[in-house]
Amino acid sequence: MSLINYSSREINCKIVYYGPGLGGKTSNIQYIYDKLAPETKGKLVTLATEMDRTLFFDFLPLELGEVKGFKTRFHLYTVPGQVYYNASRKLILRGCDGVVFVGDSSEARFDANVESLYNLHENLKEYNLELGKIPFVMQWNKRDLPDALPVAELNEELNPEGFDWFEAIAYKGDGVFDTLKCVAKQVLRQLQTQPAGV
Amino acid sequence: MVRAEWAIFEEDYWAITNALEALVQSAQAKHVLLVDRTGQMIAQVGDSPDFDTQSFASLCAADFEANFALAKLIGEDDFSTLYHQGARDSMYLGKIARGVVLAVVFDKSTTLGLVRLRVRRTVEELNVIIEGLFDKLQYRNEEYDPFDQEFSEGVEQEIDNLFAD
Repeated sequence: MSLINYSSREINCKIVYYGPGLGGKTSNIQYIYDKLAPETKGKLVTLATEMDRTLFFDFLPLELGEVKGFKTRFHLYTVPGQVYYNASRKLILRGCDGVVFVGDSSEARFDANVESLYNLHENLKEYNLELGKIPFVMQWNKRDLPDALPVAELNEELNPEGFDWFEAIAYKGDGVFDTLKCVAKQVLRQLQTQPAGV
Repeated sequence: MVRAEWAIFEEDYWAITNALEALVQSAQAKHVLLVDRTGQMIAQVGDSPDFDTQSFASLCAADFEANFALAKLIGEDDFSTLYHQGARDSMYLGKIARGVVLAVVFDKSTTLGLVRLRVRRTVEELNVIIEGLFDKLQYRNEEYDPFDQEFSEGVEQEIDNLFAD
């Protein structure tokens, strides 16, 4: 839920990284955190289990420079991927301005992608949101795996709508910024065109 | 034309800040913060916090949302307030209209009873301000618009700069 504060001259937007468990959502956020200059990022908050699985969410605020006197801030969140954490996922989706789906390219995880995408549709529906109507970008992560499915196949099966997509190897940073740039620009364009959602 | 889901205008910001200032004084609290339900900070008064306020805002909203879901699970409509007790500092959270959350951080120089009493009054005051603000958005968004093509080009440039590999 984008918020414009005319007094502090700030615009805040929320972007959620969604996808199956161990697909690389946290790796995306971690790479962004590691690479950005300290003045542009806030603290990285990670609510994870001892096994490094995201329990509730990861949170990273990013700040753009001032444009026409306004500061734009993006709040990046990840959701826990495991099926049984759906209540948490639903909470984090509330008020999101854009979604990145981090899909696992591994053939062995194909069904997990399908399940997670279906779950995303269902959870968005509860907030009267729909992919395509809100900014949405797909990322095919783990392109370096030996059993990675061809991108054409992933797109044909999981992205028939033709949403913007990127290949990635998140832990190395490949495709991470391209994905974020794309969704961030979509979110800002949406701000200019969406009907008043009050 | 920017049409955010909601916006805070100068006069509302000051009305909110005044209400929060009054609460800090009357409840003898350390910090009072107002956060929206997606974890975005709206206003903050009191002593300058020595913690990260953005993380605080995000976790506060999550805390409230999780408890809201818990309330539903056990058949309650909502938990309108939450209390977290610490050895030194404690927190009292209250729900305002439109899912906005009021968070009061206080130490042993005051009591939970006093905080609770004062929060109740402030919640009523803030409810009126927040509801009024949402009513106003219907037409203010149309007339108050510093965001044009130049703005979006500028922001896109900033995005490219920030995420340059």
